[in-house]
Amino acid sequence: MLHTVNKSPFERNAFKGCLARAQKDSVILLFEDAVYAAIKGTTIESVTVRATQDFKVCVLGPDLKARGYDEGHVVEGVTVVDYGDFVDMVVAYGPVVAWL
Amino acid sequence: MPEIEGVENTGGVIKKFLYLNSKAPYGTVYALEVLEMILISAAFEQDVHVAFVDDGVYQIKRGHDTKGIEMKSFLPTYRALEGYDIEKLYVEKESMEERGLRAEDFIVPVTVTNRLAMSHLIASMDVVLGG
Amino acid sequence: MRFGILVNEGPFNHQASDSAYKFTEAVLRKGHEVYRVFFYYDGVNNANKLSEPPSDDRHIVKRWSELAKAHNLDLVVCVAAALRRGMKDELLAEGFRISGLGQLIEAGIQSDRLVMFGD
Repeated sequence: MLHTVNKSPFERNAFKGCLARAQKDSVILLFEDAVYAAIKGTTIESVTVRATQDFKVCVLGPDLKARGYDEGHVVEGVTVVDYGDFVDMVVAYGPVVAWL
Repeated sequence: MPEIEGVENTGGVIKKFLYLNSKAPYGTVYALEVLEMILISAAFEQDVHVAFVDDGVYQIKRGHDTKGIEMKSFLPTYRALEGYDIEKLYVEKESMEERGLRAEDFIVPVTVTNRLAMSHLIASMDVVLGG
Repeated sequence: MRFGILVNEGPFNHQASDSAYKFTEAVLRKGHEVYRVFFYYDGVNNANKLSEPPSDDRHIVKRWSELAKAHNLDLVVCVAAALRRGMKDELLAEGFRISGLGQLIEAGIQSDRLVMFGD
């Protein structure tokens, strides 16, 4: 199963809601305003670091770059992907749950 | 019941649909329109599941009186779901308790299920919609 | 693989429509099939042919029309959501059609994956 999150973790609890209900080893894609959950040096960082131990966590590169960040700013263990990878992930990991 | 187009085009396929309600009612339109989706997927004879998590649990709390805001209360529609054979309704225990609610506070019979069971339910679905 | 796409937000206010477009493009680029793109809630406003963004901005409505033309996409606007918002046939941009919510459920049944973009 692929879980997508598109809300900033500082504004809404979509990311935490997703983490609470995603099964171990599922895949989580952070995009739109949720890319801020992938950035190092925030108060959310420890949550994201823990998430990488249970899930495969990805962040959408174009959304990251648009907001002034790149690969170097991303929490270790989080993979930067593009739209093509997003499609491949939907194919590979099955039904998508959008946490809005 | 709304008019349905394309009902014939299911090829006998029955999928597990989950409507995952996580938003509070009335403040935004999402909860109301999810109900429309639920009713239509019943017309398509799909295996319909409805789950309430986070603020979504407020959607089926008893006693909505929407006269003062001139919006349609959707509790009557929820009460009618049984008539469409939609009986797989789940409320997440943790979300319910966080909000000071109990199973008796809901307008329809629900299965109260813990977060772990909810994660299994979600993982077993073919299509997950809602908001 | 066959994809259904659901767009729940209007253009310009929220990134959902942009994300859905970029995703749909990538699906097609990867050689997959798009069974249908369904526009629900304020998403119906993506079909408004009167939309006229400044020339240095992306034209969201036109972009969907052009993608539909190039790939023979089925862009369906939910009738109930459309009527509420005054979105009628005469306002529809090229490539869009208005139909019932059943078309979304049918897309969920017929597609291998249904991917939702919203707020």
